Amino acid sequence: MKTHNLTSFVFLAGLVVLLAALLVELPFGHGPMVTGQGILKQAPQTTGTANIVTSVVLGYRGLDTLGELTILFIAATAVGLVLGKQTRQHPIRQGGYILRIAADLLHPFLLLLGVYIIVHGHLTPGGGFQGGVILAIAYFLPLLAGTQNIIQEKLVSILEGLAGTAFISIGLLSMFKHGDFLAPLLGQGTLGELFSGGTLPLLYIAVGLKVGSEMAGLMMRMLQEDEPLA
Amino acid sequence: MIWITLIAVFVIIIAAIAVVMLRNLMAAVVATSVVTLTLSILFVVLRAPDVAMTEAVVGMGLSGVLLAMTLRKLKMNGESDHEDA
Repeated sequence: MKTHNLTSFVFLAGLVVLLAALLVELPFGHGPMVTGQGILKQAPQTTGTANIVTSVVLGYRGLDTLGELTILFIAATAVGLVLGKQTRQHPIRQGGYILRIAADLLHPFLLLLGVYIIVHGHLTPGGGFQGGVILAIAYFLPLLAGTQNIIQEKLVSILEGLAGTAFISIGLLSMFKHGDFLAPLLGQGTLGELFSGGTLPLLYIAVGLKVGSEMAGLMMRMLQEDEPLA
Repeated sequence: MIWITLIAVFVIIIAAIAVVMLRNLMAAVVATSVVTLTLSILFVVLRAPDVAMTEAVVGMGLSGVLLAMTLRKLKMNGESDHEDA
C-alpha cells in the first residue's frame, strides 16, 4: 500500500514537472504552427470553404476522416456483437409528464440544429461529426424520457451503409477524375455561400448521416434488454 | 480573458476531484460532464470553436448518456427503486 502511494506520488510529480515545463516553453494559445500557416494561406483558394477546419478534415486529410469513420464503425459493430441480440425492447419506465413533453418538444429543434450544423459545416464551425451526434441525440432523447420508440433499426442500418458507400464512392470518383483520393470536385463556387466548396459539403452530409445512424444504433442497443443467461 | 481561463481551470480541477470523491456514481457522471463542458469553454477561449463543439457534443452529450446508461444497465445508480428515468 505504501509503495503504491509512493509510486503514484512520484508519477504525479513527474507529470506536474512535465506540464510546467511545457507551460513555460509555450505561449498560451499560440501553438507552434508550421504546416498550419501554409494551409491558412492557401486553403480558401484551393478548396473554396470558408471554414478552414473543414478543408483540412475533408480535403487535405480526407483519408484520416475515412479512418475515423472506420474506427467508429468497428466500435459500433463490436458493441452490437456484445450487446445486441435483437431481443424485445426494454420496457422503459415512463418519465414524468414534464420530462416527456419537454423531450418531445426538443426533438424537432434538435433535428433542425443537427441538420443546420451538418449542412453549414463548410461555412461555420461544426460539421458532420458534431451534427451527426446531435441528430442521434435528437432521436434518442424521447426514447430516454420514456416515450415510444421512434428509431427503426433496419432503416438506421441501411442509412449507415448508404452514407459510408456515398463517402467512399465520392472519393473514388475524384480519384478517377483527378488522380487523388477525395480531391474536391465540382468547382468551388463563391466563397461563403451555401452551395460552394465542391464535394466537401456532400462528404460532410455523408459523414453526418453515418455518424448519426451509428450513434443512434449504438445507444439503442444499450437500451435493449439482456436476455437472462441460460 | 485570463479570468475566464482561470475560472474554467479552477472549475475543471474541482469537478475532476469531485468525480473521484463522490460516492453516488450518477453524481460522478454528472461531474464528468461538468469537466468536459468547462473544457469546451476553454477551447472557445483558445479560438477553436470546432473542437469546442465536438467536446461539448461528444464529451457531454454522448459519453454522459453512455455512462449513465451503463450505470442503469448494471443497476449501480444508487437508489434504483425510485429513480425517475
